[in-house]
Amino acid sequence: METTMDISTHTTPENPHLSLAPLEVGSEPSKSGTTETKIETVKLSVFYGKFKALADINFMIPVNQITAIIGPSGCGKSTLLRSFNRMNDLVPKSHVEGEIRLDDQNIYAQHVDVVDVRRRIGMVFQRPNPFPMSIFENVAYGPRLYGINRHSVLKEIVETSLRQAALWDEVKDKLDDSGMALSGGQQQRLCIARALAVEPEVILMDEPASALDPVSTLKIEDLMQSLKKDYTIVIVTHNMQQAARVSDFTAFMMINQNRAGTLVEFGPTAQIFTRPKNKQTEDYVTGRFG
Amino acid sequence: MTTAIEPNTFPVSQTAEGHKRYIQPRKNYASRQRANAIMLTLTGLLCLLAIVPLFWIIGYVIYRGGQYINLDFFIQLPKPMGVPGGGVLHAIEGTIILSLLSALFSIPVGLLTAFYTAYHPNTVLGVIVRFGTDVLSGMPSIIIGIVGYTLVVKPQGHFSALAGGVALAILMLPTIIRTTEEMIKLVPGTLREGSLALGAPEWRTALKVTLPAAMTGITTGFMLGLARAAGETAPLLFTALGNDRYEIGKIITSGVQNHLSIFQVLGNIFEQPIDSLPLTLYKYTQQPDPALVNQAWAVALVLMALVLLTNIIARVVIMIRSPQSRG
Amino acid sequence: MQKTNTIHPSWRSKLNYYIQHGDRPWNILVISMAILVFILIIIVGYLLWTQSSAARQQFGWSFILPTNNANWDPVNGQFQAWPFIYGTLITSLVAIIIAVPTSLGIAIFLAELCPSWLRLPLSLLVELLAAIPSVVFGLWGIFIFLPAVVTPIGDFLQETLGFLPLFAGPIPVSGASRLAASLILAIMIIPTISAVTRDVFRAIPQSQREASLALGATQWETIWRVLVPYGLSGILGAVIIGLGRAVGETMAVTMVIGNSIESSYSLLRPGYTMSSVIANEFAEALNQTHTEALIEVGLVLFFITLILNILARLLVWWVSRRNPQEARA
Repeated sequence: METTMDISTHTTPENPHLSLAPLEVGSEPSKSGTTETKIETVKLSVFYGKFKALADINFMIPVNQITAIIGPSGCGKSTLLRSFNRMNDLVPKSHVEGEIRLDDQNIYAQHVDVVDVRRRIGMVFQRPNPFPMSIFENVAYGPRLYGINRHSVLKEIVETSLRQAALWDEVKDKLDDSGMALSGGQQQRLCIARALAVEPEVILMDEPASALDPVSTLKIEDLMQSLKKDYTIVIVTHNMQQAARVSDFTAFMMINQNRAGTLVEFGPTAQIFTRPKNKQTEDYVTGRFG
Repeated sequence: MTTAIEPNTFPVSQTAEGHKRYIQPRKNYASRQRANAIMLTLTGLLCLLAIVPLFWIIGYVIYRGGQYINLDFFIQLPKPMGVPGGGVLHAIEGTIILSLLSALFSIPVGLLTAFYTAYHPNTVLGVIVRFGTDVLSGMPSIIIGIVGYTLVVKPQGHFSALAGGVALAILMLPTIIRTTEEMIKLVPGTLREGSLALGAPEWRTALKVTLPAAMTGITTGFMLGLARAAGETAPLLFTALGNDRYEIGKIITSGVQNHLSIFQVLGNIFEQPIDSLPLTLYKYTQQPDPALVNQAWAVALVLMALVLLTNIIARVVIMIRSPQSRG
Repeated sequence: MQKTNTIHPSWRSKLNYYIQHGDRPWNILVISMAILVFILIIIVGYLLWTQSSAARQQFGWSFILPTNNANWDPVNGQFQAWPFIYGTLITSLVAIIIAVPTSLGIAIFLAELCPSWLRLPLSLLVELLAAIPSVVFGLWGIFIFLPAVVTPIGDFLQETLGFLPLFAGPIPVSGASRLAASLILAIMIIPTISAVTRDVFRAIPQSQREASLALGATQWETIWRVLVPYGLSGILGAVIIGLGRAVGETMAVTMVIGNSIESSYSLLRPGYTMSSVIANEFAEALNQTHTEALIEVGLVLFFITLILNILARLLVWWVSRRNPQEARA
C-alpha cells in the first residue's frame, strides 16, 4: 500500500460545499480479484433542452484500466464522455437525470463543485488545444491555479508531467518556446502533460489521435498503456482497431429509435470483439455496419 | 487520515512508487471561488454602469426638451434676442440640405471606389486607398473642417452650405467605402461570375447584379454614416458657419419675385452660410439667454430622435441579416 | 430586323455597342474614383502642411514644446501651442485610464457571461451610447453632469489630494475643467472600446475555454489567464482606436473644459485642447498668422491621430502574422 497524504478534508462547517472523497491514488485491485469501480453511471440520461441525447446508461468503469467507448458516429459517445467531467454543463439548456458516481459520490449532486470534479477527471480533446503560451507555462497553468508559484517547484512538476507524457526528451531544451509551434502529435502530448500536471485520477480522451498521423497515434497509444498504471483512462474512438489494440474494457453504444444514445454492451475488450453477447455488437465489430 | 503539513514544502506527499504529489486542492479553493464570484459580478455591474449615462441623457433630453417642443418650434425661424417664441426651421432645413449635399458627393464616389477596392484589394492603388480610408475614418472631424475651409471657403471667399456639404461628405466617405466594400465581398462570387458568363459587361453586372444583392447592407451602412454626419458640428463651424435667416421657401419665392434664373436661385440655396440642428444647439448653449438654452434642449430632442431612430433601425436590420449572410 | 448600315452605323447600334463593351469606360470610372479618394487623403495632410507653412517657419519647434509660460496671443502674434497639447494629452490619458478597465469588464460580460437572451439588447444599448451626437453630450454635460457629478468629485479630490499639482486649485463652480472633459470623454469612448473588445473575445476559439475549464479552472480564471492574453493584441488595438477618438473629440470637450489658457497643470482647473482652440477661434481668426497658427495646431493633431492609426494597423498586421488562426477571425 502506498502512503497517501490525505489533504482534502471532508465537509467542514466552513465549507459545506466541499464535495468529494479524499485523494486516493492507485488503489490496487481488491483481493477478491475483481477490479474496483472508479466511475459508475446510474440510469444516466442527458438532455439538451427537450432532446434526449443519452438514454438510461448504466455501466461501471474500472479503475486503472483503459476503457474504450465505441459506436457509429452520432451515437452519443462524446456526449457520454463529456458528462463524466461535466463539460456538458457548458451547453446551454442541458441537464442530466440519473447519477454519475466518482468513487461512490454523485458528481451531479446539489452542492458538488464542478471545478473540483474537473480537476480529478481530466480531459484531452480531439484537436490539440494548447494555450498560446510557452510549453512550460502550458503545463504549469494548472498548478499555478492551485497557488503553486515557486519556480523550482513548478520546474519539477513540469518535468514530471512531460516525462509522463513521453514528451520531455523532445522539448526539454525549448521549454520557453510557444506550445503552438509543436507538431500535432507533440501538441497532443503537451495537452496530456498539461492534464497530468493537476494530478487527476481519471483521464478522458475524446478521439485523441484522430487528428494525428499514424506515428503520433502509435506514440499516444503507447502512452496510454504506460499511464494506466496510475490513472483510469476512458477513451472514445471511432477506430475499432484502435479500441481493440489499446483498451482493456469496451463499451459499445448505439442510437435507439428515439435518436438517443444507449449502451448496448459492456465488457472486457477481448470478449466484446471475439464473443459479443449482443447481435448488434457483433454486427458492428465485424464491420457489417458502422 | 490527515497529517500536519509544513507550509510550502514540496512535494506534499509521495506514493510508494515514488510519485510525488504537489497539488493541495483545498488550500486556496475558497479564495478562488470568492474571486470568481466577485469578478463576475463586477463585470455585470460595469455593464449596468455603462447604460446609466445613456438613459440619463435620453431621460433628460426628453424631459427638458419635451417641455419646449411645440408646432412653432418646427415651422418658425428664430426670433430676435429677447423676443420669446420662434423656432428652428432654419436648422431643420439646413440639416436636410447638408445631408443631401453630403450624400450627393459621397455616395457616387464611395460606391465606385468600393467596387475598386473590393475587386482589386491587392494592387498598389487598392492597398493605398484601403489604408487611406482607414486613416481618414480616424481623423478628427475638426480637421476635416479645416480641409473643407481650405478647399471651398477660401477660394470662394465666403462660407456656404456647399462647403459644409463637402466637409460632411469627406467625413462620410470612409464609412460608405468600407461598408459597401464589405457588402460587395459578401455577394457570392458565383452570382457575379454567372452574370459575366452570360456575356454581361462588367458595369452591368456591377449595377444590376452585385449592387442590388448588396443593397440592404449598403443602405444600412449609408444610414449609419448619414446619422453620424447629421449629428456633426465641428466640421461646420467654419464651413457652413450658420445662418438663422435661412429659409428655402423664402429663397425660392424671392427668387421668383426678382425674376432670378434657376441657377441663381440654386446658388442662393447652396452658396449661403447655413445652419444645422447640432450647430444651432451648440450656439444656443453659448449664449446667456435661458430661453435659447431651453430651445437647445428641444433641438437636442429632435436631433436625438433622428439619430437614435436611424441607428436603431439600421443596427436591428444588420443584426437580423447577419445570421443569414453568415449561413 | 434592324437595318445596319455598315458605313454609318445607326445610333441604335452604336449605343448597343457601348452597352455591350462598356467595360472600358466603367473601369476607367472606377479607377479614377479610387484615385480621387487617394488624392483626397493626401490632400488632407498636404493642406495642413502647406497652409501652416508661414507659422511653422516663424515659430519653429517652440510652437509645440512644453513651457510653463505659454503665450497664445493673437493680437500680438505670439503663438505657443503647448497648453492645448497638454490639454489633449491629459484629458485623453485620464479618459483612457477610466475607460479601459470599464470597457474590458463590459466586453467580458457581454461576450462570456451574459445570458444569451440579454446579449443582443444589451449590446445594442451600449452601441447606442456611441451614436449620441457630441453636442448632446456637451449639453447634458454643462447643465446636468457637471453640477451633479463633476463638481462634487472635484471638491472631494481637492480636499484629499489637493497638495499634488495634478489636483491643485479649486474646481470652478460650474465644474468646467479638464476633469469634466476627461470624464465625459471616458463615457464617449467606452462604447467603442467595448464593442471592439467584445468582438475580439467572440473570435477566440471555444477550444481554448474548454481546455482551461477541463483543467479545473473557474470561469474568471479562464477569462483572465487564457482569454485576455489570447486576445491581448486585439484589445490593445481597441484601446488605441479609443485613444484616437478621445484625442480628436471636439464639441463635448469644448463645452465642458472651460477653454482657458491659465497656466495650471491641474485636472481640476479649466483647460484647453487642440481641437477646442480650433473650434473656438478659427471662424473669427484675427489675421493670417492666427489662422496659420491654428492650422498648425491642426497639423499636430493630425500627426498624433495618424501615428495612433498606424500603430493600430500595425498591431492588426502583427497579430495576423503571428497566429494565422487568429487572422481567420
